[in-house]
Amino acid sequence: MNTKENIKKIIVEKELKLDCGKTINNYPLAYETYGVLNEKKDNAILAFHALTGDQFVSGINPITNKPGWWSYLVGPSKAIDTNKFFVICANVIGGCMGSLGPSSIDPETNKPYGTNFPVLTINDMVNAQYNLLEFFKIEKLYSVLGGSMGGMQVLQFVANFPNKTKTAIPIACSASHSAQNIAFNELGRQSIMADSNWKEGNYSKLNLSPDKGLAVARMAAHITYLSKEGLQEKFGRKLQEKDDLNFSFDADFQIESYLRYQGSIFVDRFDANSYLYITRAMDYFDLLKQYKGNLSKAFEKTKTKFFIISFTSDWLYPTSENKEIVIALNSSGADVGFIEITSDKGHDSFLLNVPEFLKTIKNFLETNYR
Amino acid sequence: MKKEFQIISELIDNNTRVLDIGCGDGTLMKNLKDKKNIDTRGLEISKKNVQECIGKGLSIIEGNAEKDLYQFPNLSFDYAILSQTLQAFYDPEKVINDLLRVANKAIVTIPNFGHWKVRLNLLFKGTMPVTKNLPNEWYNTPNLHMCTIKDFYNFCFNKKIELYKSIALSGEKTSLINNNNLIIKNLSSELGIFLIKK
Repeated sequence: MNTKENIKKIIVEKELKLDCGKTINNYPLAYETYGVLNEKKDNAILAFHALTGDQFVSGINPITNKPGWWSYLVGPSKAIDTNKFFVICANVIGGCMGSLGPSSIDPETNKPYGTNFPVLTINDMVNAQYNLLEFFKIEKLYSVLGGSMGGMQVLQFVANFPNKTKTAIPIACSASHSAQNIAFNELGRQSIMADSNWKEGNYSKLNLSPDKGLAVARMAAHITYLSKEGLQEKFGRKLQEKDDLNFSFDADFQIESYLRYQGSIFVDRFDANSYLYITRAMDYFDLLKQYKGNLSKAFEKTKTKFFIISFTSDWLYPTSENKEIVIALNSSGADVGFIEITSDKGHDSFLLNVPEFLKTIKNFLETNYR
Repeated sequence: MKKEFQIISELIDNNTRVLDIGCGDGTLMKNLKDKKNIDTRGLEISKKNVQECIGKGLSIIEGNAEKDLYQFPNLSFDYAILSQTLQAFYDPEKVINDLLRVANKAIVTIPNFGHWKVRLNLLFKGTMPVTKNLPNEWYNTPNLHMCTIKDFYNFCFNKKIELYKSIALSGEKTSLINNNNLIIKNLSSELGIFLIKK
C-alpha cells in the first residue's frame, strides 16, 4: 500500500461543519478522473462510490491492481463513454483510499484517529465532495450518479445543491435506511469489534489488524448483495475440490470457500475502522427525517432530471424503496423517470455486466446530453 | 404518426403538462414535446417500450396504470391521455376517476365494439370478433372490459363526467359524435376519442 502517496488529492482548506457538531478543515480528499473536461465544462459527471468502493472507478486500481469497481460501466465507448464525458470520483471522507478517515493521522496526537474520528453522515460526505466542483471550476455538472450508498449521495447532493447538476441517477438505493439494512450493518460492526485485535479501534498503533472480524463482516454483507436464485445457480450444493463431504468444518461447499475468499481479499484493501464509520453513515441516512417527513420537500427546488433504477432481485434495496423516491419526485413535480431492471444478480447487479442496465445508463446519458 | 395521435395532439393546447398512460414507444409524447412544447411524462408497463422512450429522451416511468397512478398528486397535469387501453383494466371506472384526479382533462380513446364489422363477425360467424382494431383471439386478448362508443357515452352521462368533445374515427375519416347521430356513429366508427372533464 506504499503507492498511496501517489494518489491524486486536494487539500480542502474550507471549514466543513459536520452533522455531529465537530468541524474539519485542511483535510485531504482523494479523487480520480477519467476522460477530458471539455471547454464549456458541461460534460462532467460526478460518480459516488458505495460502502467499500473508492475513487478508482475504471481501469486498473493502482493500489489493488484489480479492475476498477465500475469498469463495466465507465470507459471509452462504454455506457459512460469517457471519450465524451469527464468522470470524477472521490474517495468519501471516512474512507481509506487517501481521503480523511479514521486511519489518517490526528495532528493533535500524531497517531491515527481510530475511534476518535468524528462520526460522519452521508450529508458530510457530499458536502466534502462538493469542493471538487470548485477545484475543477465546474459551474454545473452534467450528471451525478451512484448505486447503493452512492445513490444516497446522489439524493443528498441534489437536495443540498438543487441547481448544480442537469441530471441525476440514483441506483438501487433508498431515501431512508431500513431497519433490515441497519441490522446487517450492525452485524458487520459487531463482528469487527468482537475481534480481539480491534483494541477499541486502536489496532494500527499496536501494529495489529482485526482481519478476522472484518472478513466475517464482509462475508455477511456479501450474502446480502446476492440473490437466493443467483447463489443457487452459481454454487448450488457443489463441493469445493472434493468428491464427498469431509465431516469437518473445512470449506466443504463452494459457497463457503467463495465467501472465505471474498473475506480474505477484502481485508487487504479495507480498513476496519472505515467500515465502522461508513456503515454508520449509511444507517444515519434518512432524507425523510431531514425534510420533516416529507421527502418531496427535498426536491422542491430542483430542475434536475432524475432517472431511478432498481433491480428485480435486489432485496437489500428493493424496488419498493426506490419507488418511494420516484413518488416523492412526482409529488414535487420534478422531472423523473424510472425502470426496474430484470436481473438475478441481486443488489450487486449495479456493479456487474447486466446489459439491460448498461444500455439504460448509456441511453439516458447520451440522449439527454444535447 | 397515426391519425388517432394527430387528433389527440390537436385536442391539446401548447405549453401544457401531459401524462400519457400506456404511452408505448413514446411516439405521441415525443411529438407533443417537440411540436407543441409540452412537458410530458409517460407511464408504461413494457420494459422494451420504456427503453424506446429513454432513447427518445422522454421522461418515462415503468409502471401500471392501475397500481401506479396514485403517485401523481391531484391536478398535477393539464391532460391525461389513455389511448386504447381502458378496456384492458380490471377496474376501468377507477382508472377514469384517477385520470380525472391527476389531470384537469382526460383524453380517452376506445376501440368501438359496436362497429358494424364487429357486430357482423359475432352475428354471422358466431365467434368472438377478430378485426383490425381487435386483433386477438378470445383466449389471448388483453381486453377485459370491451365497450362501445354508446356505452362510454352513457357512462360519462351517468357518472356526471363532462364530454367536452367526442370524435368518431373510421379509417382516416373523422366526425363529431352528438346525441342525434350517436346510434349511427356507434355503428360506423372503429374508434371513439373523448375529451372529458369532471
